[in-house]
Amino acid sequence: MNFVVSIVFSGAVVTLLVLIPWVGVGAFDLRVLFGIVIPYAAVITFFAGLVAKVIGWGRSPVPFRIPTTAGQQWSLPWIKANRVDNPKGNGGVVLRMIFEVLLFRSLFRNTRMEFRNGPRITYEFEKWLWLFGLLFHYAFLVIIIRHLRFFTEPIPFFVKLLENLDGFMQIGIAPLTGYQLPGLFLSGMVLLAAVGFLFLRRLLSAQIRHISLPGDYFPLFLIGAIGFTGILMRYLLKVDIVAVKELTMGLVSFHPTIPGGVGVLFYIHLFLVSVLFFYFPFSKLVHLGGVFLSPTRNLANNSRAVRHVNPWSYPVKTHTYDEYEEEFRDKMVEAGLPVEKAPEPEEEASEEETGEKE
Amino acid sequence: MADLPKPEELVQIDHSPSLHKGLLGWMDTPVRIREGIALYAGKPQSLEYVGMPNPREWNPLDEDWKLPENWKEIILDGLRERLDRFRSLKVFMDICVRCGACADKCHFFIGGGDPKNMPVLRAELLRSVYRKEYTTAGKIMGKIAGARELTYDVLKEWWYYFFQCTECRRCSLFCPYGIDTAEVTIIGRELLNLIGLNVDWVAAPVANCYRTGNHLGIQPHAYKDMIDFFCEDLEEVTGIRPNPSMNRKGAEILFITPSGDVFADPGTYTAMGYIILFHYLESLGLDITWSTYASEGGNFGFFTSHEMAKRLNAKMYAEAERLGVKWILGGECGHMWRVIHQYMDTFNGPADHLEVPVSPITGTRFENAASTKMVHITEFTADLIKNNKLKLDKSRNDNLVVTYHDSCNPARGMGLLEEPRYVIKNVCNHFYEMPENTIREQTFCCGSGAGLNAGEDMELRMRGGMPRANAVRHVHEKHGVNMLACVCAIDRAALPPLMEYWVPEVDVTGVHEMVGNALILDGEQKRTTDLRGEPLPGMEEEEDV
Amino acid sequence: MYDGGKIITGLVIGLALLLFPFFYTAGKAARAPERELTAKAKEAEKCIEATAFMKTGHMKLLDEWRDEVVRDADRYYTSNLTGEVHYKSIQVTCMECHSNKTKFCDRCHTYAGVDPFCWDCHIAPKESE
Repeated sequence: MNFVVSIVFSGAVVTLLVLIPWVGVGAFDLRVLFGIVIPYAAVITFFAGLVAKVIGWGRSPVPFRIPTTAGQQWSLPWIKANRVDNPKGNGGVVLRMIFEVLLFRSLFRNTRMEFRNGPRITYEFEKWLWLFGLLFHYAFLVIIIRHLRFFTEPIPFFVKLLENLDGFMQIGIAPLTGYQLPGLFLSGMVLLAAVGFLFLRRLLSAQIRHISLPGDYFPLFLIGAIGFTGILMRYLLKVDIVAVKELTMGLVSFHPTIPGGVGVLFYIHLFLVSVLFFYFPFSKLVHLGGVFLSPTRNLANNSRAVRHVNPWSYPVKTHTYDEYEEEFRDKMVEAGLPVEKAPEPEEEASEEETGEKE
Repeated sequence: MADLPKPEELVQIDHSPSLHKGLLGWMDTPVRIREGIALYAGKPQSLEYVGMPNPREWNPLDEDWKLPENWKEIILDGLRERLDRFRSLKVFMDICVRCGACADKCHFFIGGGDPKNMPVLRAELLRSVYRKEYTTAGKIMGKIAGARELTYDVLKEWWYYFFQCTECRRCSLFCPYGIDTAEVTIIGRELLNLIGLNVDWVAAPVANCYRTGNHLGIQPHAYKDMIDFFCEDLEEVTGIRPNPSMNRKGAEILFITPSGDVFADPGTYTAMGYIILFHYLESLGLDITWSTYASEGGNFGFFTSHEMAKRLNAKMYAEAERLGVKWILGGECGHMWRVIHQYMDTFNGPADHLEVPVSPITGTRFENAASTKMVHITEFTADLIKNNKLKLDKSRNDNLVVTYHDSCNPARGMGLLEEPRYVIKNVCNHFYEMPENTIREQTFCCGSGAGLNAGEDMELRMRGGMPRANAVRHVHEKHGVNMLACVCAIDRAALPPLMEYWVPEVDVTGVHEMVGNALILDGEQKRTTDLRGEPLPGMEEEEDV
Repeated sequence: MYDGGKIITGLVIGLALLLFPFFYTAGKAARAPERELTAKAKEAEKCIEATAFMKTGHMKLLDEWRDEVVRDADRYYTSNLTGEVHYKSIQVTCMECHSNKTKFCDRCHTYAGVDPFCWDCHIAPKESE
């Protein structure tokens, strides 16, 4: 699997995914299939799949407490411990996880190795992956929350609040008259920019290109296509959003309906989102849940203070002191090392001390 | 043994997998096992002694590795079992997004450029098989889903690359999900051991340690001889002959340190440092004993399997119980402390026969070791210094310009960062840190950890140690650093040849060697040499007399 | 299941957040509101352009009108539908027929969560109940 095949394959699949609803709705009028059946199936698959995945992880124990410590441990009272990067207790762990999940703390450490012959190796500033990764995820989150306006009635205040923040740039540049209405949302543009960055990074960095799989390009293309169709609908090829909301409200209220007047572009957008939902639990995207369950991050570094129990621990064969002394007794005695049993068996041995446990 | 290339040859590295290689894709790039990188195979007698499967003579460079008929079944069953036992493995198999943040964090990739040494790809070697066997997508779509069959070649690739990882966890630090290649390597090696794929440098120490109590196979009388020999040397240097006790019942504290410290320079000087310190503290109330049965702090079982780690580690608590001590003090060692800190209590605890460690000299209660009941010697010594219990003459180390190498395991598996620094700064006057991306939690491995410090893989070691050496050279050139301090026995064995190769002007020391030099004993003679028998600063001429 | 308590709690919180719209809606159907046409609008039978276009594109049309009027003093719009010429003014032209802002404009805008800024400057017509 090389990168050309990976990219062409992923691109072809996403193209196909655009064509399916286009033909399905455009030519065969399968609106119930694409507007009701597939979205429901996708949502059910998403939730069932994700829950099954998380429970599957949960069924395996964490036999050892193995946090990656990223700061000074708690030891002597006068040494300042790093409570977040090397948490001593659950409070610190919660903080560490908040930093990790909300701010991508670990990725923020990222550097770029610069190798010059000599060798002279340096570690350069490289926060771009962190920055665009963060932008990507937050833009996605904002977009999801904004979309609640299609899934709630009345629309909760925080959705409107977020929309106002997201749309604070009311651009009205002359050549584009008419195309910024309704107001421009930054999140959509940021998402596409971040997708673009993440894709170009995969393509242009030889190292990342080498490790990338179709499973890395496909979700980027799919999310890109979702964002692109959404932007098309909003700014260029308008759809009747009142009818769209009637359809989406039908879905969330379990009174599915197919209102007239909704263009095929909407069905393409909806189908791509459905595919993302289907794909999610079976892909690397499950890092959404997995990040919370990573034992190197979500455990306190107090292994020596509080005993951690391994539920599948089993007794093992060890080489006991008695066996050891049995083999080396003469040499030990000769060297003046104390022994449990005197060398000559007829001489008294301190029996009470020899019951060495395994 | 392959000839070691010269440094100027070794630095010809391309870190960008070429477009040609890229076109082939890593899955289709066959493994080529190279001399100088690969280790020797584990010997049958080593495996037999501890009852490991498939003992036989074999050679990794040969076509035929003499595997059992059903090797694939054994491996896949083993993988299934471990997925059910380790959430870490299960989660790490599923959630990597291949962002590549780890790629240039691995010392083996930096120093070697082999793309399969990017931590993400090392894990993908296992992950690809996991997908093929245990995920629906992988079963149906194969390579498209990043899945591939476990073939003989894939197995060889596993062996080759799982023994090119020192389990240092640097990648785990940078991973946004904390994916820990050490965990993948540990479990990968565990699987390989199920069909007898080991390396001699791990298998032999394991067998030795099981039998004699230490990796080097030092028998009790020889161990005692060596300690006696150190005492003689110390008498020459200080005029005082310490008398450490061995296997003594009723002592308050059991001391366990890696056997490397009693066997090879410069670790031996560190051992002498411990002996001096303990002698000094005797009059202040220290009651401590060494053990020949638990004469190994390190644990090469940890580089074999969790079970073997537990089997070897069991001696510590067993010996502590037999001798009736109250708690255990541990010497300077890297992976030893990973095992003690994160595994020992779980493996072989609870240590109810022991008490919460209290320093008999300062009265400090080590709450952080309340359950495991084992204290790191730099924690112990830092506490002594803080409480003004040690009379120190820093100037005796004035000929040293010191920098400190954080060992991977105490740094990233424990967080022991300040304690050794505090000790160092109190026993020597000239201390300079290496650049921040190469120390503390971001420290670089010596390149020889996790059982890779053999002779036959010297090229691998020199490559893996390159980033560390590079940082040392930086402070050598900038501050005139001539001494690299560390708290790890493998470092003390591995760094000297590394320095010799990359920065020959720099020598290696344990922290407690410098403590031993600085410590002023009651009634000692005027010291003219350090523990190495080299003249102290200002004593060069008197030496000649 | 190990750490079941924590994992299930996490899952429940996660699911509650993700399933929020379902709980919030609680099965109540929320049909699109009916736009009410005034008698005058009914009588006219058609708007200045096709209804489908007006539904999706009225905001764009108004935005263009605003710029053309303010910047170019271009006051007249020729309908693509009928060829008739209309005066470019929301108050004079649009509201002439659609004088029932609350029932014609606001219902859909509210439903779709849209806040047009027309009325930031223009005066909304007085409506008689």
